Amino acid sequence: MTTTPQAARRASPRKRRPATPAAPDPAAGLLPETTPVRLLDPDGTLLPARADYPEPPVEALREMYRRMVVGRRFDAQATALTKQGRLAVYPSSRGQEACQIGGVLALRDDDWVFPTYRESMALTARGIDPVEVLTLLRGDWHCGYDPAQRRTAPQCTPLATQCVHAAGLAYGESYQGRDTVALVYIGDGATSEGDFHEGVNFAAVFKAPVVYFVQNNRYAISVPLSRQTAAPSLAYKGVGYGVPSEQVDGNDPVAVLAVLTRAVAHARAGKGPFLVEAHTYRMEPHTNADDATRYRDTDEVEAWRDRDPLARLETYLRGRGVLDDAAVAEIAEQAETYAADLRERMNTQPTVDPLSLFDHVYAEPTTQLVEQREQVRAELAAAAEEDA
Amino acid sequence: MATMTMAKALNAALADAMLDDERVLVFGEDVGQLGGVFRITDGLQARFGDKRCFDTPLAEAGIVGFAVGLAMSGLRPVVEMQFDAFAYPAFEQIASHVAKLRNRTRGALSVPMVIRVPYAGGIGGVEHHCDSSEAYYAHTPGLKVVTPATVDDAYSLLREAIDDPDPVVFMEPKKLYFAGAETALPTRTEPFGRAVVRRAGRDATLVAYGPAVPVALEAAEAARDEGWDLEVVDVRTIVPFDDATIAASVRRTGRCVVVQEAQGFAGVGAEIAARVQERCFHALHAPVLRVSGLDIPYPAPMLEHTHLPSVDRVLDAVARLQWDDQPDRRWLTEGSAA
Repeated sequence: MTTTPQAARRASPRKRRPATPAAPDPAAGLLPETTPVRLLDPDGTLLPARADYPEPPVEALREMYRRMVVGRRFDAQATALTKQGRLAVYPSSRGQEACQIGGVLALRDDDWVFPTYRESMALTARGIDPVEVLTLLRGDWHCGYDPAQRRTAPQCTPLATQCVHAAGLAYGESYQGRDTVALVYIGDGATSEGDFHEGVNFAAVFKAPVVYFVQNNRYAISVPLSRQTAAPSLAYKGVGYGVPSEQVDGNDPVAVLAVLTRAVAHARAGKGPFLVEAHTYRMEPHTNADDATRYRDTDEVEAWRDRDPLARLETYLRGRGVLDDAAVAEIAEQAETYAADLRERMNTQPTVDPLSLFDHVYAEPTTQLVEQREQVRAELAAAAEEDA
Repeated sequence: MATMTMAKALNAALADAMLDDERVLVFGEDVGQLGGVFRITDGLQARFGDKRCFDTPLAEAGIVGFAVGLAMSGLRPVVEMQFDAFAYPAFEQIASHVAKLRNRTRGALSVPMVIRVPYAGGIGGVEHHCDSSEAYYAHTPGLKVVTPATVDDAYSLLREAIDDPDPVVFMEPKKLYFAGAETALPTRTEPFGRAVVRRAGRDATLVAYGPAVPVALEAAEAARDEGWDLEVVDVRTIVPFDDATIAASVRRTGRCVVVQEAQGFAGVGAEIAARVQERCFHALHAPVLRVSGLDIPYPAPMLEHTHLPSVDRVLDAVARLQWDDQPDRRWLTEGSAA
């Protein structure tokens, strides 16, 4: 067998080129961890400490527990109020307490929150009067609190539109020399909306200090996450915008607070936006008017019941020796008092003034609105006369 | 006095507003170094820096939503939608938030901003570059909708829009951008909510706004030859709307034709015609007529002249104003189905 020249060349040892140093991966530091960050096991056991996500101070966790208990009681009371006809509708966030409260605790009072309609619990945890929070759902106006004073945007009903507002507000604050951070609550379904893309992209391009906090509760009303995205998880959407991202076990209160604290610090340090995806679960239907049995089975719900964030934190804090039966009872009592007060105040019919419909369309009403106001005033006067 | 185009007057208004109020930020697509595709923002970035006048990602909902947040933080955004039809992605932000935030929060939050929209046709533009979109905005309570037809108004109304406590959709008639007029800036014309009689006349009132105003004025000149002395009222601010000036004019003349470039059905002109009939019925000698664009999607450039209200169409409408006190034969023959 003769050796062909080609074969000889192939057999000869290749000349080694000097190795080019591998270019640094430009996406490094942007991608989330491959599994959600978890600091507390579902059974309440603390996992090994991590330098990148230090455990929040125990006092903060105890306060988180307190607000989660009160928040859950508020949530149950609000659902009950729908059955009594006191609320038109209520979207519960039961099961998402770690996210609801974590988002609030990670912020300063002068930071801004951009909530959706599902964030009633978070807003009450921010100290906003629950009657004012429920104004939208009670139906006496569209927003009951003063957003400028509470540094909390109106609860946003159109999906993801608040993502761009937050980018603008946060940029505007930093433009004027203030170190305000804006935190946006959105759900998994809303990440499919164009305004999510535009908001995160604007925030990234303008380095706006925004934390985009996606509560992935697996369902957009009935549509499962698999119909929203083919991404490995929603946190992977950040890299496409050049935004660092993380995913976290949304039912692990310690991890949620640790990850959000880091995200807020990142934003406040002037490094631009941060995207956090919390894997959680909506234990209740979309709203009281929804029937969740049409799209998810009981086994799935029950499995999530075992991952209850509140029980998890309570077990841990008891183990740490900062929570005992007496404290648990006292906090439960606080929650009952809070709910009783809400129940009582919601038990009256709110006063609404038809003439106020014209007051805030513009800073000054137009001639046409003045005329229409006069027409309604005359109608009301005539009706009152008829009643008399 | 010097001759200046509407484009230059708008540019001067932006510059003077930025000079007077450091909260004013101008942004949008290509408005920075390029100065905008129509050069309305020409030189602003060089003069005020790229923090005051800047380009954004190419996303209109993002631009308007970003402006909402900036306004919430106390700044005064002035955004450019590059063309009328390119503003449609921003419509949700405009209709659901810009227009409603003040009302939603009982006045606690307001988002004063100016959304500049180069609009309407007559420039040989291809599809999506010539829409008359004013009715969408005028139909949305909470927005002010303004459209200048003169160089002085372009300057004055834009300055007022930037100072206004409410969001203003500022509709700029593209075909008038490069029409010049004698002006001495800075100038202040009549405020928002005031229509202006551009030409006094006794026989009939032409009501027009934006790009239709020059058409109405030209028609009024031509009508002299036919023996008609026409009054022309420029609406200027569609919202807030000046019923009083327009009704007073029609009561004087007893006849009215509304001229608009937009498609007629359910348009601003329909609203004006209805309002005039409600207020002037007993002074009218003839039905209020409308001359508008046809109820078709905006045509390709070679066909746009068929669509656009012309002087001849306006004169034809004037001729149908029952000068001999006889009913309009067109309605007698065609109107049986109505």
